[in-house]
Amino acid sequence: MLFFVLLGFITAVLVPLIKKISDNFLSWIIPIIPASIFFYFASFYYQIADGEVIKVSYSWIPSLGINFDFYIDGLSLVFAMIISLVGTVVYLYAGSYLKGDTRLSKFYIYISIFMSSMIGVVTSDNLMTLFIFWELTSISSYLLIGFNHEKESSRYSALQALLVTGLGGLALLAGFILLYITTGTWDISEINKMPAEVIGSSYFFLIVIFILLGTFTKSAQFPFHFWLPNAMEAPTPVSAYLHSATMVKAGIYLMARLNPAFGNSILWNDLLLVFGTATMLFAAVLSFKQTDLKKLLAYSTLSVLGTLTMLIGIGSDLAIKAFIIYLIAHSLYKGTLFLVAGIIDHETGTRNIEKLSGLRKLMPITMIIAVAASLSKMGIIPLVGFVGKETVYASVLELPIFGNYLIVITILANMFVVYITAMVGFRPFFGKLKSTPKNPHEAPFRMWSGPMFLALSGLVLGIFSSLFLNKLINSSELGIISERLNIPVKLWHGFNLELLLSTITVLLGLFLYFKREYFLKFVASFSSVKFVQPSYYYQFIFDGTLSLAKYITSKIQNGYLRFYILVILLTTFSLIAYTLHTFYSFNEINIGGSVSVYEVILAFILIISTLLAVSAKSRLAAIVGLGGVGYVIALFFLIYSAPDLAMTQFSIETLTVILFVLVIYKLPKYLSFSSTTRRIRDIIVASFAGLTMFFLVLVISGTSLTSELKEYFIAESYPSGKGLNVVNVILVDFRALDTLGEITVLAVAAIGVYSLLKLRKKDN
Amino acid sequence: MNLIVLPVILPLLFAVIMLFAWKYISLQRILNLVGSLILLIVSVLLFTTVLSDGVQSLHLGNWKAPFGIVFAADILSSVMVLISSIIAFTTALYSFSTIDNERESFGYYPLLNTLIMGINGAFLTGDVFNLYVWFEVMLISSFVLLVLGGTRNQLEGGIKYFTLNLISSAFFLAAVGLLYGLTGTLNMADLSEKIKLAGDNGLITVISIFFLISFGIKSAVFPLYFWLPSSYHTPPSPVSAIFAGLLTKVGVYSLIRMFTLVFTVNSEFLTNIILIVAVFTMVTGVFGAASQNEIRKILSFHIISQIGYMIMGLGLYSVLGIAGAVFYLIHHIIVKTNLFFIGGLIQKLQGTYELKKLGGLYKVYPIIGLLFLIPALSLAGIPPLSGFWAKFLIVKAGLELQEILVVVISLFVSLLTLFSMTKIWNEVFWKPAPKDNPEISFKHFTLSKKIMIFSPIVFLAILTVIIGFSVEEVFQIANQSANELLNPINYINKVLGRF
Repeated sequence: MLFFVLLGFITAVLVPLIKKISDNFLSWIIPIIPASIFFYFASFYYQIADGEVIKVSYSWIPSLGINFDFYIDGLSLVFAMIISLVGTVVYLYAGSYLKGDTRLSKFYIYISIFMSSMIGVVTSDNLMTLFIFWELTSISSYLLIGFNHEKESSRYSALQALLVTGLGGLALLAGFILLYITTGTWDISEINKMPAEVIGSSYFFLIVIFILLGTFTKSAQFPFHFWLPNAMEAPTPVSAYLHSATMVKAGIYLMARLNPAFGNSILWNDLLLVFGTATMLFAAVLSFKQTDLKKLLAYSTLSVLGTLTMLIGIGSDLAIKAFIIYLIAHSLYKGTLFLVAGIIDHETGTRNIEKLSGLRKLMPITMIIAVAASLSKMGIIPLVGFVGKETVYASVLELPIFGNYLIVITILANMFVVYITAMVGFRPFFGKLKSTPKNPHEAPFRMWSGPMFLALSGLVLGIFSSLFLNKLINSSELGIISERLNIPVKLWHGFNLELLLSTITVLLGLFLYFKREYFLKFVASFSSVKFVQPSYYYQFIFDGTLSLAKYITSKIQNGYLRFYILVILLTTFSLIAYTLHTFYSFNEINIGGSVSVYEVILAFILIISTLLAVSAKSRLAAIVGLGGVGYVIALFFLIYSAPDLAMTQFSIETLTVILFVLVIYKLPKYLSFSSTTRRIRDIIVASFAGLTMFFLVLVISGTSLTSELKEYFIAESYPSGKGLNVVNVILVDFRALDTLGEITVLAVAAIGVYSLLKLRKKDN
Repeated sequence: MNLIVLPVILPLLFAVIMLFAWKYISLQRILNLVGSLILLIVSVLLFTTVLSDGVQSLHLGNWKAPFGIVFAADILSSVMVLISSIIAFTTALYSFSTIDNERESFGYYPLLNTLIMGINGAFLTGDVFNLYVWFEVMLISSFVLLVLGGTRNQLEGGIKYFTLNLISSAFFLAAVGLLYGLTGTLNMADLSEKIKLAGDNGLITVISIFFLISFGIKSAVFPLYFWLPSSYHTPPSPVSAIFAGLLTKVGVYSLIRMFTLVFTVNSEFLTNIILIVAVFTMVTGVFGAASQNEIRKILSFHIISQIGYMIMGLGLYSVLGIAGAVFYLIHHIIVKTNLFFIGGLIQKLQGTYELKKLGGLYKVYPIIGLLFLIPALSLAGIPPLSGFWAKFLIVKAGLELQEILVVVISLFVSLLTLFSMTKIWNEVFWKPAPKDNPEISFKHFTLSKKIMIFSPIVFLAILTVIIGFSVEEVFQIANQSANELLNPINYINKVLGRF
């Protein structure tokens, strides 16, 4: 199992090697990979259809409970088969579509990574491995949307898709972890057994919001749908595969997968119903003014994704049945139509619907494929799309309260879908031939054979629906709702309400198609209003965040060292003052001990020197002031019986003052740049820091200093350290390592001084 | 033979030998490579010893604790030494083709060695004043490396770097003094016990704030990080790479060490401050990154942002949180250094770090694109690379403690991180080469130079991928380390020689 799930990753590594032989060889040999994956999963069909579930587990990170647990039931199998089947067609198709393109091998690398990730998503039972595969689909999608990366619009769309699905991915991560905290397991099959714990959890609301953010962004539900039409920047095989048949259904898959745990909650169902319906309708309406073949298809994909979400939200047996059939039908015909659009684009050099017509004579095979897929999509008997649409209508009609309103919305949305289909499937082929950038020919074999196969599958699945789909839907463990379904799937249900509605939909859609010019004016005035489009908000948030980031950064990192010092001092002493304030009060502070006359005099000199240093008008005076401060401190050391320290301090002060005086003559004239207000601000901050330190010292003077170290050093200095001067013994023996470090500091400083004086390079 | 001093003594020894070979640059190069290779081997040995035999310690000069200085290596210390040795070794390789002769002849290699000496000393010492000394060694070595070459930009960045770090040193010293005054000891294990007897919570909190600020400046947290974006883009690429990998992490290490070993008394108040700091660090850091248009400036701000994640792990103060922080440290050092390496490579190819003037690299050298994507996506936390697991552990720890808001912010930051990585990707790799800077070539490179510049990049990229897949092993190490840190009794006993 692991091998077939990861086969795409292995392929991605091998592609550069196979490419060495020749691009042509690569493109002919590589469709074997998805095909073999398809047959591998197809081999489970009878087992699964008999109601079995397949579980395989490989250990990975046992201490975190994260392992490669694979779980295949009816739902997984349907998805895995769609992914590998459409994959096979796309691999074959791309070999011809990108023939002669130097980036062919890159394409196969990306798409193989994608395929494996996608298979991983739909077969993982462990939330975390599912998540990992999920994120990898986003990354490979990013690379594929930006395939034509020298185009600015490609880069823009790739980034947009990545950010939107990335946002959802992060929310999903939080949702999964909360789900783990609630249930104590990462296993979806275990979580699905405890809906009561999930729904009763205090995190339930957050979990639902986080998970739905993930699935809605991935499956392009309103209001996150806008990235999908932009993703049409990708080469057409990518659009057909990722952005129609598979990746955008990952969110749908996850919602269906988790439905047993969440499906009993009103919150979950209502959110799916509302957002699904909104997407279905909104996307359908937006499609109307599109003239690009691929964009038209993208909007109709959105509408279908909305319908699928809605069906999970309805959650009845009938709705789940409709969900599965509709899912299969859509993947088959939409993939086909995308590939057809790719053929037309490839052959004529344009995807603009206004420039295309009358291709039927030049491209008869393509036309047959297009018409077959379109009929399926419109829901015309006997194709599988017909079965799909019938069941969707039936399940909506079944809804008790607002079923009547919902059916109207559904019909409206589907009317647009019929319209789109006619635009894509019929319009380019009929009417008068128009001149196009390239002279069109029939597509090569590799480009039409795959779509033809998919279109035929749609027909076969439709006519023999009672044979294949029936068994899969009714006797396999679907895992979407806890009970088994028991509703026979068949092509013909007789003349009933659904059939009538279906017919009305088609007629309305065709009416729209023929009266297009008339309605266009009406719709144009509506959809040109910017603020109804969520992409407007995306841009707003994107730009807003960036401007905010720029503004804040320019305020913080403003380049002035004095500002940096100010902030650091303020932060430090605010925290310290706050702490002192919390723990001590003024009258508690013990100003014990006596003060001698010497100390008073020294303190006085100290203050005078400080003021002199701060207020001096010349550098020399400032240095004199600073020197005074240093000497007074040395005298304090002397008073408190530390003569060696005092001596050190004296020599350092003297040396510093001399060095300063020497340097001063090299410096330019002393100027004062700071304004009065800034000086006042600085005085306040400095005084605040000084006073805080003052109080801190007062507090400390209340505590008694005792140390066993002191006694030990005095006692052991001579017997063990063989020295009478305790300080010396500390420096060279007890704590010799400190001294070694400080010597190193001096040596390095010397190198620094030398290099600074000698080596002055120019900035390049 | 006790291995524990070697990570400090070896670099010193090699630095001294190199000083004697001042004029012989090629000899210095070889010495540097050999020295860092030996250091790497020693670090591996130390690490495996600690893993199998537990905490190692050495009482220097045989003065018993707490009177002399003690070196101690627990898992965290030995992991940090190991990683810093890896970085030292890769930097040695990378320097061959990226550092100019002039800098080499003014002490570049000895300085690298004293820098590593200071860093390893900081990781290994068990004495708080000795820690200060290693910080000084690190500070002076890094400062001289930063300004070595003396260009205008370097000096401007160097002054800010040095001034602000001196403030950190001053606070550090003040804190050590106060701590000694309160407890009468400098040994960290001893402090851990004595501070619980000191009883003066107010004073202990004040001291801990001094440490927080001092190490906070070193780690570059909000609002103390100014020195980092002012300086990291100014020196040659190997210098900024080793800085980016290691310097701030010594600060983070020290925070983790002090706030798990010594300051646990007032955790509630402190952990809240740390969490708030973490959030602001993450956000302002990533905002900085999002608003820059120069590769090294973007990467520099990212360091800050990700320090926020590590600090968040510490602030959560649970086993998983600390384990996440340790995991993050390991991951971040490797990935960040590599990104700076690649940044330097790009600069070698197209002569600039400015995004505006770069482009078209993917078309010409797709392999560099792949080498960039591995650390870049790892940094952005894309699974299954190392950065994802680091993020995952910290986010999970946060959610377990119900810090929903902090977690949501950290995830948003992660999205912006991804954004700024794609910005580099877009501008440098995807965008066509700009008309005024169309040339992309290795014309200055001999084959051996090419190998020398690529090998460290490939090596670190492979390491990133390996960490991503051997999460089990790395997590076990991080988890054990977190347990050790939160229950430091073994460490204390070992340091105080109670066995």
